[in-house]
Amino acid sequence: MTTILPDERGYFGDYGGRYVPETLMSALEELTAAYEEVRLDPTFGAELERLNRDYVGRPTPITYAANLSERSGRARIYLKREDLAHTGAHKINNALGQGLLAKRLGKRRIIAETGAGQHGVATASVCAMLGLECVVYMGTEDIRRQSLNVYRMRLLGAEVRPVDSGSRTLKDAINEAIRDWVTNVESSHYLLGSAVGPHPYPRIVRDFQSVIGREARAQMLERDGRLPDVVVACVGGGSNAIGMFSAFLDDAAVRLVGVEAAGKGDGHGAASLLSGTPGVLHGAKSYLLQDAFGQVEETESISAGLDYPGVGPEHSYLKDSGRAEYVAVTDAEALAGFRLLCETEGIVPALESAHAVAYAARMAGEMEEGKTLLVNLSGRGDKDMNTVIAALGLADSAKAVDDRH
Amino acid sequence: MPAGKGRITATFARLKAEGRTGLITFVTAGYPERTATPEIVRALVDGGADIVELGVPFSDPLAEGPVIQLSSHAALEQGVTPKLCLDIVREIRHNNVATPLVLMGYYNPLLAYGVTRFTRDAAEAGIDGLIVVDLPPEEAGETRAACAAAGLDFIPLVAPTSSDERLKLAGQSGSGFVYCVSVRGVTGVREQLPADLEAFVRRVCRHAGLPTAVGFGISRREHVEAVGRYSDAAVIGSAIVRILADAPPAERYARVRAYVEQVTGRESAHVQG
Repeated sequence: MTTILPDERGYFGDYGGRYVPETLMSALEELTAAYEEVRLDPTFGAELERLNRDYVGRPTPITYAANLSERSGRARIYLKREDLAHTGAHKINNALGQGLLAKRLGKRRIIAETGAGQHGVATASVCAMLGLECVVYMGTEDIRRQSLNVYRMRLLGAEVRPVDSGSRTLKDAINEAIRDWVTNVESSHYLLGSAVGPHPYPRIVRDFQSVIGREARAQMLERDGRLPDVVVACVGGGSNAIGMFSAFLDDAAVRLVGVEAAGKGDGHGAASLLSGTPGVLHGAKSYLLQDAFGQVEETESISAGLDYPGVGPEHSYLKDSGRAEYVAVTDAEALAGFRLLCETEGIVPALESAHAVAYAARMAGEMEEGKTLLVNLSGRGDKDMNTVIAALGLADSAKAVDDRH
Repeated sequence: MPAGKGRITATFARLKAEGRTGLITFVTAGYPERTATPEIVRALVDGGADIVELGVPFSDPLAEGPVIQLSSHAALEQGVTPKLCLDIVREIRHNNVATPLVLMGYYNPLLAYGVTRFTRDAAEAGIDGLIVVDLPPEEAGETRAACAAAGLDFIPLVAPTSSDERLKLAGQSGSGFVYCVSVRGVTGVREQLPADLEAFVRRVCRHAGLPTAVGFGISRREHVEAVGRYSDAAVIGSAIVRILADAPPAERYARVRAYVEQVTGRESAHVQG
């Protein structure tokens, strides 16, 4: 299998690179060298594999979603169950890999940003297990809507630092995490959670997430005797999608579909690839939601994990090359997808993953009989209960039930 | 002397001849109000600033501490664009200010404007040099070439974490002077200078081959004096922006001028003279 390698300057075609203050350049060089070393080190690989199995619970299964398929149309829908990974999302794959890498680098302090809180929880868990100090930056808007994950991080021993600047979401959490890293660059490793940022992060995160695609491809061949016709994943920064897509890039017949967040559908969503233009944010050149003067725009999505104006550079490359296609679904469609999966399969998806479910269900209705769709169910939805209850008006009906009793 | 073509280099040559430490001051363009900057620059120059840096505001200024973040945000709220920054520069030059002017900012607004067009327009407006915080030498090829073509100095940044090789690379990639970031950290006022600053700046002198200016964390006369023992110039930003945040508009000129006179040591000269 050929994977796409960034060139030595960290570019996937026109996208990527290292647009960072000089203070960070030596740390990025050090990280690149250390990663090259561990990538080829069988001891590191064995340790990662052992922890993926014994700690994360890999391989995660694929589930044939019979009821969802029947409800949606003629194509058969399979789910890659990253929601069943330890801590409830795919984020643990990267957090574990980079945690081990940080130990190799001799860095005892970990900095992370989080949007939905899934990367923060994964990082806090890994730090607790590996005995590393953990500081997580999180926008105050995200703290509000993902409070459960804030409590989880604190229980796991992490310090959660609220970020009250800008849109108070993931973008601003990354700004603040980078400021911390600039200040503590020699003692700290920045454990970036998505396939974004300066080289070598997009590649490192992709590689640690590629376990999703490798497993899923083999599982589909074993279960179905052939590859899926379409692979669907949600895209915020794009780590679960790139982890899934990476195994199928050479399978020309497999359509790769990334689903971005359209928000309310009024043009103020978070669909960087669909509505953005190339620009530079957080250390990389990639598609970016920006105004005519190059100021980064504030985004809006019901899903904190997709609420980000940029996207990983490899996705920009895949978009331009035509190998992957990118679409967007609205908050309302994602909520419908959320509900659909709950009701048909007894699985509560993360709101992020619900975007992929919603689009897959729509596609399934338009495909031929016997075709298959593989959806990356990147996380579970426990964290989203408050948001979903408020959005669907379930609080009132629950109260009505209580009142009757 | 025309913009860019050596005005910064000439300033450093003059500083050397006079045996004096240069003062470079930073303010965010269009802050606190869109129209405030020309008067503020007049105060900086009258107070004794040798070079003035104007910050081009950006939505995500990740190397800035709280003071400059806030000023950048406030300027954007008032609709300050790169184009307006150049209008401000024209007005400053129209007021017969001959001091070298440098634009300092982040890459994306330049990219959106068009790098070649921006450097040409900046030179035409009266800018002498450009500092781009998130553009290390590896990514600076196009911007450097555009600066050279427009007659602007492309001023590189170096940090204590830069290896000797990177210092050399920075020196080769730029002109005018090299901006030495004094600390591992973001901009902002600090009590003390870092202990390893002198060794770092001496390393920069050995490898970069350009005049040096030390910035980040400098706010007092004694900081400037200490830095002057090994560096050609010192840069003050946040301390001035803080004055702008606090001073009533009517007192702004006087307070900024008095502060600059004090940190350059002119104030004591007045007292003695």
